[in-house]
Amino acid sequence: MTVEHYYAPKHLDEALEVLRAGNATILAGGTDVMPQSESGKTPLRKTLVNIRRIAELTGIRLAKNEVRIGALTTISEMMANDLIRKHFPILAESGDHFASEQIRNAGTLGGNVCNASPAGDTLVPMLALDAVVELAAKPNGSVETHTTPLGSFLVGPGKTRRAQGELLVAIRIPVPPAGQVQRFFKFGTRPALDISAIAIGLAAVKTKGVLSHVRLAYGAVAPAIMRGSKTEAVLEGKRLTPELIEQAAQAAHDEVKPISDVRASDWYRRELMHNIVKRMLIDVHEH
Amino acid sequence: MSTNIEIRFTVNGSPRTVAVPPEMSALNMLREVIGLTGTKYGCGEGECGACTILVDGMSVNSCLLFAVDCDGRKLTTVEGVVNEPAGARVRDAFVQAGAVQCGFCTPGFVVQAAHLIDTHGSKLDPETIKRGIEGNLCRCTGYKKIVEAITAAAQEAR
Repeated sequence: MTVEHYYAPKHLDEALEVLRAGNATILAGGTDVMPQSESGKTPLRKTLVNIRRIAELTGIRLAKNEVRIGALTTISEMMANDLIRKHFPILAESGDHFASEQIRNAGTLGGNVCNASPAGDTLVPMLALDAVVELAAKPNGSVETHTTPLGSFLVGPGKTRRAQGELLVAIRIPVPPAGQVQRFFKFGTRPALDISAIAIGLAAVKTKGVLSHVRLAYGAVAPAIMRGSKTEAVLEGKRLTPELIEQAAQAAHDEVKPISDVRASDWYRRELMHNIVKRMLIDVHEH
Repeated sequence: MSTNIEIRFTVNGSPRTVAVPPEMSALNMLREVIGLTGTKYGCGEGECGACTILVDGMSVNSCLLFAVDCDGRKLTTVEGVVNEPAGARVRDAFVQAGAVQCGFCTPGFVVQAAHLIDTHGSKLDPETIKRGIEGNLCRCTGYKKIVEAITAAAQEAR
């Protein structure tokens, strides 16, 4: 289907009005929308809504005890931002492994979330950091917003819980508690423009060798980015020892549900999970 | 039936007004509507960087950019980049170093290299160059002479 209507609203209000009518493709950086529509994988809908001129969707701000990242923040802007670098170093680090500079300059954080790739690079650290997404809609003439945890927003490959008429306006991440350690690892066969074979994000509070508030997020080992809840349970409240680390690595190996594809086999991904979780925990133990 | 959308922007300093279908890429608009064919179509999905242009001073893949999204923005293509100091030095350095074989990837490399020099100035070292050109592929030969050329052009900036 060819596009019949094109809108480039400057205000959120106008965009939500257009989205309420339905049958619309939302365009921001275009780095996913363009190849997916060109290849026929996700054809453009009748209405194309370019949200890139909406100032309300830009900027990164500290508000109360969380950092609010506007959906239009590009990967490059996110990586260079002082609040992100200070509070969420693994999110900044994930940008370093994200595609290429040209794509980082155009692609947005909101787009990376809504594209809902099982291997989405920024999603793994954001899930480990307890991110929530803020959604806006205008069902009865006034703008309404609500938040939902990133983990429940992501459903499967390319699928989210975003309802028709809704727009993802921001990602909110709580400021980490004191003593939090963060780790991120992406395994691909080359450093740039590669889709992860696996990716792991870890956030936990370390007090005298004991881990608490343990969050593990795994990418490219299930239909959506997943929390490693069984591995978290092994680690929560326990002192890190070589035995515990081995037990956690085994739990990570067992709880993922990878597919075999061109990038890696199921077996290889599980081996990677075991070995990388182990390597990360040894690193946390020693530092 | 698709409606054409009228957009206004500048290309290499000149204001332009064109009407384009909403599905069209900025790359197709530059080549087919405006007639600037220095920017190349390589892969069409952002892997190769042959279509690299500057939009408001940031390097992007023009094959992934919707032409309609150029409205109100400042575009610089390889034809314009080589009229700027950094771009001119990169062009000359590519010739000097023999960093061109078939030449298809060259416009993208020149634009990205000029952007790197403008961003990093005298701090641009070979490691930063290698990271900075990760989104540009050369399938003829290799990257050694390309990195040498960009390094030489960056040194002249000092």
